[in-house]
Amino acid sequence: MSDSVLAEFASAQSMMATLPRLREARFSHLETFTPFDIPGLPEALDERRSPIGWIALAGGVAGVLLGYGIQWWADVRGYPLNVGGRPVHASPAFTVATVETAMLCAAGAAFIGTLILLRFPRLWAREDEVDGFERASIDRFWIEVHSIDSQYEADKASRLLKAGGALRVLPLSGGSAFTAHGGAGGAI
Amino acid sequence: MSNEAIAHRDVLRVDSLPDDGKLTVQLLRSAFHSSWMWWPLFLLSGALALLFVVAMAVTISRGIGSWGNNIPVGWAYGITDFVWWIGIGHAGTFISAFLLLLGQHWRASINRLAEAMTIFALVNASLFPVLHLGRPWFFYWLVPYPATTGVWPNFRSSLPWDVAAVTAYFLVSLMFFYLGMLPDLASARDSAASRTRKRIYGVLALGWRGRSSEWRHFRATYLLLGGIATPLVISVHSIVSLDFAITQLPGWHSSIFPPYFVVGAIFSGLALLLMLMLPIRSVFRLHDLITERHLENIAKLMLATGTILGYSYLCEAFGAWYSGDQFERFAMLVARPFGPYGVLFWLMTLANVASPQLFWWKKMRVQPVVLWLVGLIVFAGMWLERFVIIAGSLTRDFLPSSWQDFVPTWIDWSLLLGSIGLFLFLFLAFLRWMPFIPISEIKRLRYEMVQAGPERSA
Repeated sequence: MSDSVLAEFASAQSMMATLPRLREARFSHLETFTPFDIPGLPEALDERRSPIGWIALAGGVAGVLLGYGIQWWADVRGYPLNVGGRPVHASPAFTVATVETAMLCAAGAAFIGTLILLRFPRLWAREDEVDGFERASIDRFWIEVHSIDSQYEADKASRLLKAGGALRVLPLSGGSAFTAHGGAGGAI
Repeated sequence: MSNEAIAHRDVLRVDSLPDDGKLTVQLLRSAFHSSWMWWPLFLLSGALALLFVVAMAVTISRGIGSWGNNIPVGWAYGITDFVWWIGIGHAGTFISAFLLLLGQHWRASINRLAEAMTIFALVNASLFPVLHLGRPWFFYWLVPYPATTGVWPNFRSSLPWDVAAVTAYFLVSLMFFYLGMLPDLASARDSAASRTRKRIYGVLALGWRGRSSEWRHFRATYLLLGGIATPLVISVHSIVSLDFAITQLPGWHSSIFPPYFVVGAIFSGLALLLMLMLPIRSVFRLHDLITERHLENIAKLMLATGTILGYSYLCEAFGAWYSGDQFERFAMLVARPFGPYGVLFWLMTLANVASPQLFWWKKMRVQPVVLWLVGLIVFAGMWLERFVIIAGSLTRDFLPSSWQDFVPTWIDWSLLLGSIGLFLFLFLAFLRWMPFIPISEIKRLRYEMVQAGPERSA
C-alpha cells in the first residue's frame, strides 16, 4: 500500500490539464514539481495566499521601532551631543536611517521566513529516490497525489493520471513531508 | 493582438529556441566547461585586483597621506570612486526590481547579469569609504554598538545615514539575487555530471525541487523583495547625495541633488550593463534570448536618463545663478566650466549628455558596436561627473587663499584601476560557475508566449 502516487508529464500543458480532473475526482491533496512557475498553477491547485506579506510587515514594523529606538537612545540618552544648540531629538534626521532599517528588516523577515516555511535547507526528499526525478528542475512536470489509503483510490488516481498523458505513474511510500493544507513544509 | 501578446513581442525568439532540456544544457554549459577565452581574462583581472590589494595595503599601512588628498580637497578619488561604484549598482536593481513590478517581461533575459553587477559594484563601493576613514580597522565605530566608551554615532550627521543605506542596500540586493537564483541552482545540481558539483550546487540550491509550495512562497517573497528594493534603490543614492547637499559648499549645496544623483546612477549602471551584456551575448551566442528588443530598450532608457541628466546640469547652473549668491555663482558659472577642471567638465557634458543623443535613431539603438562604445564613454563620463562635482568644488572654496589643486598619486590610480579589476574578477568567476541567465524565468516566458501564440498570429 502506498501513501501517494507520483506521475511524470512531458509538458506543462498536459500536467495542467490533468489537475482539474484530479480535483473533480476529489483528490484534494495535490502537489506538483515543475521547472518553472507555471501561470495558473495557484488557481489549479486552489492554493491559499502565502503568509509572507504579513511576516514582512511584522519585520518592517520591528525595523522601524529598532531603527528609531537605537538612534533615539544613542543621541538622546547615551551620548547627547550639543551641536550649535540644535535639539538632540531630531526626528527629521532620524527618519533616514529608520526607513533603511525598516526595509532591511522587512526584506530579511521575508527571506528568512521563506526559508523557515519551506524548511530549507532540505537536502533530501523521498521523491529524490525516484529514478529520473531530477528532471523536475529541467524539463519534466510531476504531480504527486497524496494520502491514498486504499488500493481502490490509488488505482483511480493512477487511471486519471495515465488518461491525462502521464509518461509513467509510480506509487511512493515512506515518511511524507506533506501536511494537510499548505503543501510540504507550508504548515501555516 | 491581446495585451499579453504585445507585452511579449520580440522578447525571445521562440521559434529558434531549443526545447527546455537542450536550453538548460546550453545555458549551463559555461558552468561545467571552461573556455579558452576565460582563463587569460580571469588572470588579467586577477592581476588588476592584486594591484587593488597592494594599493589598499599601502593606504592602510601609510595612511591616506599616500593619496593626493589635501586641504581643501579632503574628498577626492576615494569618494569619487565610492559614489561612482554605488551608482553603477543602481541599474541592476532598476532592471530586476523596478521592471518586475511593472510587469516588463523583457527583463527576464538580463536581470541576473544586472543583479550580479549590482552586488559586485557594491563590494567595491563599500571598500572606498572604509579606506577613506584613515584608520579602517576602527570601521565598526560607525555602527551603533554598546561600547564601554559610551560614545555613540551622531545620527544627525549624514555619514551614519550612508552606513545604514549601503548596508541595507547590499543585504537586500544579495537576498533578492540569491532567492531568484535558487531554481537555477537546482537545475545546475540536477544537470551536473560529477558528484562534487552535484554536492556544491545541491547545498547552494538549499533543497529546491520546484514543489508547488516552494513556488507559492517564492512568488510572494520575490515580488515583495522587488517591492522593497525599488524604493530602496531610490533612497540609497538620495542619501549618498545628501552627504553633499546638506553641506554649505558652493557646488554641493543644492536641493536638486537627490533626483539628479539617482538618475545619474541608473544611467551609469546601464552603461556598464551594456558593456558587459554585449560581449556575453556574442560569446555565448545568446541572440535568441537577448534580442534587439533588449538592446533597444536599454538604449531608450539611456537616452531618457542621459537627457534628464543634461536637464539636471542646466538646473544646477540656473539655480546657482538665480540664487544671486556670489560664491554659488562663481563655483557653478566660473570655476566649474573654466577652472582647473574645466576641460573635464566639458568632456563630461559631451560624454553624458551628447553621446546618448545618438539613440534617437533606431539604427544606432540596435548596433552593438555603437551601444558598447556609448556605454564606455558614459561609464567614463559618469566617473568624471563625480570627480568634477567633488574635487572641482573643493579646490575652489570660499577663500581664495586656501585654493589648492588636486593631483592624484599612483595609489589613487591603482585603487581606481584595481577596483575595476576586482569587479571583473568577481564577475568572471560568476560567469564561469553560476547560472547567469535566469533559466526558469526564460522557460516560463516561453510557455506564456506559446500559450498566447494563436492570438499572436491573428
